[in-house]
Amino acid sequence: MTALTALARAAAASAGRARPVKTVRHVHLSGRPLVLVAAQLAGEACAPLAVLAGDDREKPDLLVAYEPRDRTQRFAFAAELAAVVLPYLDGYADDAADPETEPYPDAPQILVPNLPSVSFLRLLGRSTRFRQAEGEYAVPAAVPLLGRWLTYYAERAEVTPSALLVPLTTALADHWATGQSAVEDANLAALLGWIDPPGGMTGPAAARAAEDPVRCPPAGPVTDPTFDNEVLAPILQAMREATLAGDSARLSRARAALDHALRSQLEPTWALMWRAVDLLRALPAAAHVEQRWRADRSSFTNQVGWIRAGGAPQARRDSAVAAARRLARLEREQQRLAVERAYDDPLVMAEYRMTGEAFAGEVTEAEPGRLDTESGKRPVLRPRITVATADEVLFTPGAVLRSPARPAQQATVVDTGLPDAAMFPASTVFPASPRPGDPRTLVTLELKGGMGRSLTPAPGSVPAVGEHVTYTSLRDEFQAAAKFPDIQDTPWTHGGPPPEYVPDDEDAREQWQ
Amino acid sequence: MSIRDAALSARAVTDAILAGLGKAERGVVVDSPPGAGKSTLVVAAAASLAERGERVMVVGQTNDQVDDLIDRMAAEHGVLRIGRLSAQDYVPAPRIARHPNVTARTAIADLVDHPLVIATAAKWATLGEAGLRWPWAIVDEAYQMRSDALLRIARLFDKALFVGDPGQLDPFSTVATERWLGLNWDPMSSAVAVLLTNNPGIPVHTLPVSWRLPATAAPVVSAAFYPFSGFTAATERGDRAMKWNTHPFGMTSFDLALQTAADSGWALYELPHRHTLRTDADAVDACAELAARVLLRGAVAVSEQGTHDVTADRIAIGVAHRDQAAAVRRALAARAAAYPVLSGPGRDVTSVVADTANRLQGREFDLLIMLHPLSGRRDATAFHLEAGRLCVLASRHRHACVVVARAGIPELLDAHPSAEPVHLGVPVKFPDGWEAHQSFMAHLTRFRVTASA
Repeated sequence: MTALTALARAAAASAGRARPVKTVRHVHLSGRPLVLVAAQLAGEACAPLAVLAGDDREKPDLLVAYEPRDRTQRFAFAAELAAVVLPYLDGYADDAADPETEPYPDAPQILVPNLPSVSFLRLLGRSTRFRQAEGEYAVPAAVPLLGRWLTYYAERAEVTPSALLVPLTTALADHWATGQSAVEDANLAALLGWIDPPGGMTGPAAARAAEDPVRCPPAGPVTDPTFDNEVLAPILQAMREATLAGDSARLSRARAALDHALRSQLEPTWALMWRAVDLLRALPAAAHVEQRWRADRSSFTNQVGWIRAGGAPQARRDSAVAAARRLARLEREQQRLAVERAYDDPLVMAEYRMTGEAFAGEVTEAEPGRLDTESGKRPVLRPRITVATADEVLFTPGAVLRSPARPAQQATVVDTGLPDAAMFPASTVFPASPRPGDPRTLVTLELKGGMGRSLTPAPGSVPAVGEHVTYTSLRDEFQAAAKFPDIQDTPWTHGGPPPEYVPDDEDAREQWQ
Repeated sequence: MSIRDAALSARAVTDAILAGLGKAERGVVVDSPPGAGKSTLVVAAAASLAERGERVMVVGQTNDQVDDLIDRMAAEHGVLRIGRLSAQDYVPAPRIARHPNVTARTAIADLVDHPLVIATAAKWATLGEAGLRWPWAIVDEAYQMRSDALLRIARLFDKALFVGDPGQLDPFSTVATERWLGLNWDPMSSAVAVLLTNNPGIPVHTLPVSWRLPATAAPVVSAAFYPFSGFTAATERGDRAMKWNTHPFGMTSFDLALQTAADSGWALYELPHRHTLRTDADAVDACAELAARVLLRGAVAVSEQGTHDVTADRIAIGVAHRDQAAAVRRALAARAAAYPVLSGPGRDVTSVVADTANRLQGREFDLLIMLHPLSGRRDATAFHLEAGRLCVLASRHRHACVVVARAGIPELLDAHPSAEPVHLGVPVKFPDGWEAHQSFMAHLTRFRVTASA
């Protein structure tokens, strides 16, 4: 936690209400997201119990696995889920566009409450993507298809700039600081209690109220243990007895009771999810969000192409080369995201100002027409500006900086001298603490690029005296993509080339666990 | 052990390793504790292979490490032609440029006829030319190297010698990497870990003595961080000493701490217990003041290599986080302004090296002042408990180590036993950081000096 976040959390705790820590929204929000709230059976690894899903906040679909311990019913449940998810995804694979050249105009976004829900979808995808529609243990054809899509979405969620699958607690906690711990922030109801407490309540009171599982059932996929013992277990028992006795009337009564019970568990979270969406939508989108969403759209377009071409399911494990490639890509994207967020949002940039990787201040002098006649044969335009800042400047002359307002322009630090020794009385004890807003350092910068081709800078391309500017060493440098060996050339240090994947009957026999 | 015996035992191991290179099928791994002559071995191995007519590629991790190696090789083997492969924006450091037998180029085509070519792993990975292959590679600091970096260069060599310190910091990434846990080729594992998992037949040697660490430090570091392999100091207690040119006026707690460190090799400068921000102003000031005090009083280091003044560049302040390093540098600058005598060669307090454990890896100083990673913390996270971080900070010094910390670290450790999940297929790491911290603190509390209020 940075000092700034710590401060925001302390402020939130003392005010009893969450503090915004971002000025803009850094995550894309679809106009028509697929919201998905899941519940699983306690004690079993990824036994889906129920899902409440849909893109219409008034009419969610409730899907229930009536006997979650029965493997056959699990696949029936997966088929039902596929019947909700796949048509939604297909709706975005617009055939009118030419996916070879241009990504689909929009992509489907899935919203889940929290990170464990992402893991749940990943496991569900893992359990279904290798199944086969023919032969032994055949399943409906939509099931392996669903598995591939869920796996795709879960893997995409690992890519930090991606907004295809968003856990809302993560998105909310990114934009607001609460007075509670990060673990408590993972509870959607408590987090929303801090951010937007219901009328008359304080944040802490709302968060405490959210701890009552009767009022606010858990957001899944883990269910409330009391609900498991006192509601779920008797219904499952009644259902089993009815099945054994062949009593269809009693069975359908028990099923209706289970529907009702699960709906009551999931609907409060469903409402909270849409409230969270409203809160996030109220923030203006950051400048780079559109560009990142374009990357998501291209990725989705490629995935549609891959699946339509009958592509194989994603491998169980990454091979050595695939793992290294993926890691390189994830790191690269993460780094770019950090730069983009800082450029888009002064509150993010403030973190870098505190660590000395950026400074902000007012332009006190500008020589927009300055020509450098000494360095080369021909004179070149090298305007200089002087910025007075109260930030601590750790840059040394020669450092190359950029400004979010003029990203195409390079600014080289020429001098970082103190404004005037006379500013400090002789009795000053070092380090002299500047008063807030007291310009302490004068930084002289030489500008290059982004000013047009002539020897007079284009209007507005050089900061004018009085303009408030920010300069930072943070920049998104172009990096050539890292070279990796081909998979068949995996070296001996990493175990040599892996065997090629051939789908076989073992895939179908694999247990769901 | 006398220095002579130590030299003999180290020589025997080195000779065995060099002799074994000829018989190696795939490669050899050499574990080297802090200051055990790793660079000496790398230089000797490179020379020995080159003498046999083999072309050798040497892989370093950072440009600084590569330049240090070249400097030593060029000085010790003046006849050997050494190629320095570098990126476009690399400017040869003065210590490289002065050697006539070193050629720095950005394209491998200009260097292929050199018996020895040295570059960073990142630079080696960019080579796209087909058919380039070296019979031997020497990978330095192989435990700092991520296995994905090894994957990118492994096609370039037939056999390799991997040298590194297993007790140092593990490679890290800024992204979540759980998905690869337990795989034999986890890209986040160190190059050596992946190599040995996939090739269990590769012989592993351990260098037995530390030339850097004094007799006061080697047993402590060995017990806390190398409980199974272990190592000893090459020198005895009488071989090293730290003395002062001046007597202090009175005896402040700073002087007391420095005297304790000079006498016993260790000191714990303890500030009152308090939960603080990472950049704890009192602790940062104490670190800077201790360094300034050494320079003000003038310290002299006596060792088997002779006697020299402890100049500013021979003192380091080691911290866990970059913002702490920045805060320490600011505090040092404030000392420079406050004490006009602290200027001029050797006494410029701003030349004291203040950096994070990651950046101090592989470096050596006379005196190290450590801002304890757990000082002033409310919790002990995996990052702050990591054995490698503490090990790096506790094993950089030739004479003494002063630890600056808030009181209450043993209690903090007791309240936060390590609770990291255990994953299938991932070898349990020994020593575990919590245990190493406990062992280290238990030793350190014997040399406690309480800060005067």
